[in-house]
Amino acid sequence: MINLSHFLILAAMLFMIGVVGIFLNRKNIIILLMAIELMLLAVNMNFIAFSYYLGDIAGQIFVFFILTVAAAEAAIGLAIIIIVFRNNRSIDVEDINRLKG
Amino acid sequence: MSNLISQLTLLSPEIFVALMAMLILLLDLFIQDKNKHLIYGLSQLTLLVAGLLTASLGFSEPQFAFKDMFVFDSLALFLKMMSFITLSIVFIYSRNYLLNKKLLTGEYFSLSLFALLGVMLMISSRNLLLMYMGLELLSLSLYALIALNRDDKKSNEAAIKYFVLGALASGLLLYGMSMLYGFSGSLDLYTIGNIIQTQEINSELLVFGLVFIVVGIAFKLGAVPFQMWVPDVYEGSITPVTMMISTVPKFAAVAMLIRFLFQGLDYLIVDWQQMLLIMAILSMIIGNITAIAQKKIKRMLAYSTISHIGFILLGFYVGTIGGVQASIFYLTTYIMMTLAVFGLIILLSNTQKSIEFIDDLKGLSQTKPWEAFLMMIVMFSLAGIPPTIGFYAKFSVLQAVIDQEVIWPAVVAIIMALIGMYYYLRIIRLMYFEKSDKKLKTKTSLPMLSVLTINAGGLLVLGIFPKTLMSISALAVGGSL
Repeated sequence: MINLSHFLILAAMLFMIGVVGIFLNRKNIIILLMAIELMLLAVNMNFIAFSYYLGDIAGQIFVFFILTVAAAEAAIGLAIIIIVFRNNRSIDVEDINRLKG
Repeated sequence: MSNLISQLTLLSPEIFVALMAMLILLLDLFIQDKNKHLIYGLSQLTLLVAGLLTASLGFSEPQFAFKDMFVFDSLALFLKMMSFITLSIVFIYSRNYLLNKKLLTGEYFSLSLFALLGVMLMISSRNLLLMYMGLELLSLSLYALIALNRDDKKSNEAAIKYFVLGALASGLLLYGMSMLYGFSGSLDLYTIGNIIQTQEINSELLVFGLVFIVVGIAFKLGAVPFQMWVPDVYEGSITPVTMMISTVPKFAAVAMLIRFLFQGLDYLIVDWQQMLLIMAILSMIIGNITAIAQKKIKRMLAYSTISHIGFILLGFYVGTIGGVQASIFYLTTYIMMTLAVFGLIILLSNTQKSIEFIDDLKGLSQTKPWEAFLMMIVMFSLAGIPPTIGFYAKFSVLQAVIDQEVIWPAVVAIIMALIGMYYYLRIIRLMYFEKSDKKLKTKTSLPMLSVLTINAGGLLVLGIFPKTLMSISALAVGGSL
């Protein structure tokens, strides 16, 4: 029988994959965007699972807002990646090293 | 019906700012490049009217709107008014710089106003959903603002770094929110607080959620260990944007901290106190020591910001109303000092050459005595030397800590403040006791210089009469906690 804790564990695993993906990724910025998206979707799963088991609708409404914001965030992220590419001709994470000190 | 109108009245400043931000974005298309100062005037007008609308709501008992999602209390009044004044000063200082860089466009003003709207919503929210929406509105506007100087590689890099880390932080915050929701079945912070008090089961889930929420707040404040973005963003973005990022969002982050930790999760005080203490101490140590090694002035100010955030968190760590009052007072003075120091950097870099390295300030007292004098007051205030207001800010936080009979954090704070004096006083030494190797040629704009003089002079005058500002911030906190 699948119960709440299964959903929570799955969401926690997805979330961890997202976080680790941000820190371990040494190649491409697009993969960072995918990792961020994965984190947000894991949170969505949390909200929906809680909402279902608590019998409260607010969690599902929250998910709609998160989805909308995630779309806007991806749009801005891609726009930033485009200007980075225009100036650097590359979107490798390793090429982003101008600011340090 | 009248109920709806009274609720909308409570939100009238937010509605007005939203409408004007959209209007400015639209008007920008039809206004020619040489008439862009109209946009500037319109933005200032927006801030003025929003300030008047907020002031007309007045100082009163907490009022609620829209199923208690939105709250207007004395803290909201104070922080919102401060945000309007701060953003207005940011606009005044930025104007000439943006004009010279050909960046005086509608985007800068409209994005700043959207960011302000996010700040206002966060200040007034007591609901997880509204808090998240305000936070994202603020963050998304800031990502775009940092990338405003499109052709500059540094600015692009700062934007992508802030974007990735900001998205990570909001993801962590959301995860914490989902835990709180799962525990309590409610998105309302007061309800969550009440449920925590009545039933004490499942507290691991709760502490788990709390950790994520504190991380999210710490990221927004830029406290160690979530400070990596601060120096890069400060250095990479153009100075007006740096000034904006280092001032207005701090109000939102502090409001978020108070709403979450003091009004929602105050029952878990033992748990979050320890987290805040560790972050405060680490921020002061790492901020002050790393700042000494910096050669670029904006990076140095970034680390100095981190150390000031440490002081603000130290006041919150105490957990009493006195501690919150001290922190709000510290925040106010920090904002004033930051505005003045970035204003001076902008003033000194009006031509193509901008002040980048600390050594560029060498011998400033010979070429620009008045600016050097103002810079000296600001540096004294940042270092916390009496009779400037910076001293009283540090003093009131330390007093709140010592009142709780915890001595060692106060001792660490004092030692770190002394170490911090080194790099502030080094700037004064460079300005007054070194010969300049190159002439600094800048046109001084008189209106900006006069506002700066009031700003920096205010640090001195308020330092002599600190009681006014102290009692205002005490009143703001006292009415809502």
